[in-house]
Amino acid sequence: MSVAELLRARFFRSEVWLIFGRRRNWAGLAVLAAVPIIIAIAAANTTPAPGDGPDFFANITANGLFVALTAIVLELPLFLPLAVSAIAGDSVAGEANLGTLRYLLPVPVHRLRLLTIKFGAIALFTVAAVFLVAAVGTVLGLALFGTGPMLTLSGTELPFWSGVLRVVLVCLYLSMCLIGLGAIGLFVSTLTEQPLGAQIATLMLTIASYILDQIPQLSGIHQYLPTHYWLAFGDLLRDPIAWGSISGGILSAACYSVIFFGAACARFTTRDISS
Amino acid sequence: MNAVSSEGLTKRFRSGQVAVNAIDLAVPTGSVYGFLGPNGSGKTTTIRLLLGLIRPTAGSHTLLGEPMPAKAARALPRVGSLVEGPAFHPYLSGRDNLRRLDAADRTADPRTVDKRVDAALDRVGLLAAARKRYRAYSLGMRQRLAIAVTLLRPRELLILDEPTNGLDPQGTREVRALLTSLAASGTTVMLSSHLLSEVEQICSHVGVMHLGRLVAQSTVEALRAQTVPRVQVRTGHPAAAAGTLTSLGLAEVTVDGDTVTALLGGAAPEKVVAALVGDDVPVRGFVVLEADLEEMFVSLTGEGFDVSG
Repeated sequence: MSVAELLRARFFRSEVWLIFGRRRNWAGLAVLAAVPIIIAIAAANTTPAPGDGPDFFANITANGLFVALTAIVLELPLFLPLAVSAIAGDSVAGEANLGTLRYLLPVPVHRLRLLTIKFGAIALFTVAAVFLVAAVGTVLGLALFGTGPMLTLSGTELPFWSGVLRVVLVCLYLSMCLIGLGAIGLFVSTLTEQPLGAQIATLMLTIASYILDQIPQLSGIHQYLPTHYWLAFGDLLRDPIAWGSISGGILSAACYSVIFFGAACARFTTRDISS
Repeated sequence: MNAVSSEGLTKRFRSGQVAVNAIDLAVPTGSVYGFLGPNGSGKTTTIRLLLGLIRPTAGSHTLLGEPMPAKAARALPRVGSLVEGPAFHPYLSGRDNLRRLDAADRTADPRTVDKRVDAALDRVGLLAAARKRYRAYSLGMRQRLAIAVTLLRPRELLILDEPTNGLDPQGTREVRALLTSLAASGTTVMLSSHLLSEVEQICSHVGVMHLGRLVAQSTVEALRAQTVPRVQVRTGHPAAAAGTLTSLGLAEVTVDGDTVTALLGGAAPEKVVAALVGDDVPVRGFVVLEADLEEMFVSLTGEGFDVSG
């Protein structure tokens, strides 16, 4: 099924509505959107001490995009993975728990098609969550701090629209990374009929991966950890872009997506639906 | 041709329990097939097997002539099903739940969805509550919604697990009338039940499950013919009445207070009455007790119909 076909499918739209029509998920998205708002307000109320000269802070705050990027940095360790885990963990286990699978499958819905639709909806939610944080941060940042040039991590300055493009690239990159986590969550979700269990397990895997990534003695496995390349998005803010870790991150996310989506299919197509 | 047919269909759970044991179902096209058995006898597991929700340990089956699960995409759109009670998204309305299931059906026409959903809701009497969230539905309304799912499009076969569960007497009557009218229009109906009375009223065929085995399967008439009617005489001289019945050659003559019963066998009831009167037995009451399916099912399954197996 091509992406265009998927987006046109009535079933896919129904699945997306199931996620975005739910008040619980609106609350989750509101929390994600609250972080850039808090950052923007806090930064607007910070005045550099007099006599500090043309300082770094003043340089950064000349361009509102920093609000979006700071919000992403703060949400990447917990809030964003939590949101993705919540949706992915609920995807199959939630329907098993309600018993709706026993009505959906005899419609008939082929099990591979169901998983494809579910994974597509998880991916769409992930993209929406990342871009929501960035969009709220960008709009608010630009309103409060203006549209000056953007300071890169290499110390150079980028014109405004190039800065915006960099932020979009960061969002796309992190969306890919988090979709890899979504695939893990989808797989875990096919293992159980308890959505909460699948959600917590997926989040714990993320946290465990962060912890293992901090232990130097385990450096041999670091590059295989799902979260290893996430913070590499900073390389997209260098001038020129440092692609080394970024391409590693894209490859890692693609592998996690393919392997765990495949595992979910293998598990789900042979499973007895007894709920 | 049989609408549902299985050969040696078996399901052994990982616990080792054999829930369905080599059953050979034959649900004739156009029949109303009552799938009877006490709770826990394997009816729901059989229905899950038929719909492809669980895989058989052994055996095979076809739905509407299509081998399952290989040709599920061809067979299942023509099959409406209700398995083990209603299950829907609690925060969606009844109407939105139906729309979701219809959206999942690749073969359904998206242009007619509103009409079909409302027609299905109307047919089960839920149109007034269509916009209510499912979580606010009563048990009976939930059951009605589950039946509405099967009516989203014309079906050739309905497989319904305890369709009147949770319904009030009025609702039960409505569902029975609905099924009768669907059957009259040519839909094959297979419905499971642990209530004999429900099956007896609308079914042409029955299959009886007991401990995972299909212990009987035939038309209702054939089953009824296997049962034997009895005569019951109320009299002031039970001993004399018993003597007359014995001399007529009736079997199993038993006396209980002022009541004497015996198997009628081939004897004509009017002859029996004449013989009693001829022997000067004062007859106060005379009844022919018709074939009792309930007793037959109890003898087949070895327990009452509300006992968990």
